[in-house]
Amino acid sequence: MSAPQPPLALLAELSHRCPLRCPYCSNPLELERGSAEIDTATWLRVLSEAAKLGVLQVHFSGGEPLVRRDLAELVRHATAVGLYTNLITSGVLLDRARLAELVAAGLEHVQLSFQDAEAASADRIAGLERSHEKKLAVAALVREAGLPLTVNAVVHRQNLERLPELIALALKLGAGRIEVAHVQYYGWALANRRALLPTIEQLERATAVVEEARTRLKGVLTIDYVVPDYYARRPKACMGGWGRQFLNISPAGKVLPCHAAESLPGFDFPSVKEASLAEIWYGSEAFNRFRGTAWMPEPCRSCERREIDWGGCRCQAFALTGDAARVDPACAFSPDRELLTAAREDAAAPAGDFVYRQIGGAPARAAS
Amino acid sequence: MSGPERVLVAGGTSLRFAPHVKFRHDETRGRWIVLAPEKLLLPDEQAVEILKLVDGRRSVDGVIDELAAKFDAPRAVIAADVTGMLQDLLDKGILAS
Repeated sequence: MSAPQPPLALLAELSHRCPLRCPYCSNPLELERGSAEIDTATWLRVLSEAAKLGVLQVHFSGGEPLVRRDLAELVRHATAVGLYTNLITSGVLLDRARLAELVAAGLEHVQLSFQDAEAASADRIAGLERSHEKKLAVAALVREAGLPLTVNAVVHRQNLERLPELIALALKLGAGRIEVAHVQYYGWALANRRALLPTIEQLERATAVVEEARTRLKGVLTIDYVVPDYYARRPKACMGGWGRQFLNISPAGKVLPCHAAESLPGFDFPSVKEASLAEIWYGSEAFNRFRGTAWMPEPCRSCERREIDWGGCRCQAFALTGDAARVDPACAFSPDRELLTAAREDAAAPAGDFVYRQIGGAPARAAS
Repeated sequence: MSGPERVLVAGGTSLRFAPHVKFRHDETRGRWIVLAPEKLLLPDEQAVEILKLVDGRRSVDGVIDELAAKFDAPRAVIAADVTGMLQDLLDKGILAS
């Protein structure tokens, strides 16, 4: 295996705390409490180490990163050491004064989540009253401040029919980009799969809407589209490959190849409290375990796409088969393909209630 | 519906990098990079030569003339490459008019 290249991007998950309770939250079921979060001095050191290691972009995320009072200080330091900064937020804690502070600190971009195009449904999905209204106001503040705006729209069976309205909303708010992301089924989303997974007919309509809008809005609004694995024939190149381009730091300081990796058993993910980012990136067993192609089972190992999709997603392989080293069932050549067939049949059944995210994990009934 | 419209590259158009897009040399990798909102471009040598001439003042015709002279290449060939690349980067919001 050739030596690993330096990482391109860092996802800094500053906190798992969030006023929203979205049932597809990408945080793990075991949410970190505020008391477990690493302190400002540690984040400042980590940001310096990241820049030195070759990281180019830092995405401040969560949970809701604005729950951290030191966010502007972290943005200022990231900017000073040459990192390009991005804020991934629900927006509900952002006001004019806080935004001005972030702009002065060097913030380059805001990604703002929307749960639906229609307020009542959006507030129900977010599990927070009046959140949609607040987000509309925040989007206007971001544009007034001269920052580029991305609308992040996570889509699923309960909001997909309003995808045209979501795209129109992004345009109206002055966003340069909308990310239309089908739910990925890990953690909270997996516990809510029945309530979220669309049917193939819904997916095909959504894809047609995106294609039409891309043509109509070329040069005006960029539309990025993340398709659901469950209807794919080939797996996604998750994170561009394990330990190839990307690293994630959890609120407590664990360094992970992706935000879902903490759910994998049998790993000793290193902490920024114990080692430098460079030692962890190049030397840790956790980052080296699924690097390259030597770890792959057949048919991945001899597949002509092995250095295109890098074997798909390890967290999905584990979530569905119980073994992180198995073939990702999103691939049509997976021996476990029937696991997806069963899930797709659920998509035609009644949706059922949401299990909202909360401290303490999902109730037992949701895990079945 | 009225609103922002797509800008088409013409010979007289002057282009610049969009606000909050950074074109810089990366010491770690020893190459030029473009940093943009949730996007990172690693332009090849030819693209770097073009991007170095994007300064908000030069017209697209001016960029083509300079490159045709510098590389002693047929102007029509350079024009097609330059126009195609600049249109693509405009459409992606990396450049602005």
